[in-house]
Amino acid sequence: MVEINVSQGLTEQKAAQSRMEKSNITVKNLNVFFKKNHALKNINLEIYCNNITAIIGPSGCGKSTLIRCLNRMNDIIPSAVVKGEVWIDGENIYSPEYDVYDLRKKVGMVFQKPNPFPKSIFENLAFGLRIHGITNKREIEDRVVSALKAAALWDEVADRLHDSAFSLSGGQQQRLCIARTLAIEPEIILFDEPCSALDPISTAKIEELMVSLKEKYTIVIVTHNMQQAARVSDWTAFLYLGELIEYNQTSKLFTNPKDPKTEAYITGRFG
Amino acid sequence: MENQACEITNIMNYPVDSPSVKKGVSKEKRRRIQNIGIIVLFLSLLISAVFLFIIVIFISIQGARILNWEFLTSMPRRSMTAGGILPAILGTFYLALGAILFALPLGVLSGIYLNEYARDNFIVRILKTGINNLAGVPSIVFGLFGLAVFVKFFGFGVSILSGSLTLGIMILPVIISTTVEALRSVPDSFREAAYGVGATKWQTIRGIVLPAALPGILTGVVLAIGRAAGETAPILFTAATFFSKKLPSSIMSPVQALPYHIYALMTEGTYPEKQVPIAYGSALVLLMLVLGMNLIAIIIRIRQRKKRQW
Repeated sequence: MVEINVSQGLTEQKAAQSRMEKSNITVKNLNVFFKKNHALKNINLEIYCNNITAIIGPSGCGKSTLIRCLNRMNDIIPSAVVKGEVWIDGENIYSPEYDVYDLRKKVGMVFQKPNPFPKSIFENLAFGLRIHGITNKREIEDRVVSALKAAALWDEVADRLHDSAFSLSGGQQQRLCIARTLAIEPEIILFDEPCSALDPISTAKIEELMVSLKEKYTIVIVTHNMQQAARVSDWTAFLYLGELIEYNQTSKLFTNPKDPKTEAYITGRFG
Repeated sequence: MENQACEITNIMNYPVDSPSVKKGVSKEKRRRIQNIGIIVLFLSLLISAVFLFIIVIFISIQGARILNWEFLTSMPRRSMTAGGILPAILGTFYLALGAILFALPLGVLSGIYLNEYARDNFIVRILKTGINNLAGVPSIVFGLFGLAVFVKFFGFGVSILSGSLTLGIMILPVIISTTVEALRSVPDSFREAAYGVGATKWQTIRGIVLPAALPGILTGVVLAIGRAAGETAPILFTAATFFSKKLPSSIMSPVQALPYHIYALMTEGTYPEKQVPIAYGSALVLLMLVLGMNLIAIIIRIRQRKKRQW
């Protein structure tokens, strides 16, 4: 009897643990308004952990707005009103008591245009660490180096950590921005059209990096490039005029779209 | 293609419905009109520059006769008909320093609030307009204000303190508006990036925005120092004294200052043949001080332009 109880307890514990590790993102009834513009209409979406989820759709369909809801980046736009829930790690990030700064530590973001700080390469990463209370010099150095390695940038910058971040090429700058995000050890990384300002070779490097990162992180990427979505993602969501038209495994969505709008978009008939 | 290009040039040079276009002005004539225009513009610039040069050269020649190390480092003697201008130089230095100590923190913090925190509403717009207009208020008005408020109401008397505060208030709008401009020129993508790694608003401003805006703010501050050093009217009733035997001993003492010293020598002297050269010497020192400040501002701006790549 006792034994059974113990093993039952263990399974429960294990289940709870795996639930903890499995930090899916659940979007529930999400609506976003910019003044009178209803930018996102009742979005429901489950984003799976350790997967790459691509959000595609024509310009102005709300893909960037959606990804910016996941780390509450829309908060900084005064006119934006967000209604609905987004659950991460069992917490609704839009509940009033949720700490948005902790959220952004947990959910990192890489932007459309590489936007390193006007500081040295080293300081670009150290800034994030310091604001989260890491003051030990040694620890900062270690985490900067490992983040640069994880972002496949270390070999290119090892001997010039204290040069300006602007001395790097566009692709390197974007990898620096990824490293900056990795340094604060997030669980989820959001990529908002990360390659739209980059050349094909830099793009390939970033894509390769994203695929290698999904081992450890949950990745959401907004892209206007359908080939990119098909190449890197496991799941794809198609957004059109603020509505989620279709959401499926990438292979299924691209080979066998269920909605005629999805089919029209991925075959290039509009967008 | 050729026709199209022609049309475009026409649109750029003349309003489409102007009669000259309808008649079709020859290429020759158009070019001549353009050349005349450019010459007028250039002459305007030349005339402005010539005046500036004449002032600098005239003051330099007149002032250089008397300028030497002793002139800069000794006290005035024989009721200011001989000796140097050390107290005036020091006084100007103290006044400008005091003004900047007062106006720099107040102005920069106001600028940060205006650009980073204030919402665009009625009150803020009124405040902004008020500040901009304050910059256009004649400096003698600041002088009267300083007399009423600092000298009389607060009872600071005619002193470095009163003068510094008056000058500080005069240069506040300059510092606020350059701070706002400098902060505005920092791209929002930096702010987004900082928020993206979980920085609070203040951490973003402190760690990213302010350092990026610093050269711009410094430029404004240096220019403001130059302005404070050169003004006479605000210190006329609040700080300046015609003559003092000793150097100022505290911030409550009145001081001599370069601009007022020149004024005093030219208006109240009884031996113009001896005092006018001293006035020119003082003017030259003041001019070098102000131009030096502007030069520093220019250097900061050039260095910033080279460094920044956004």
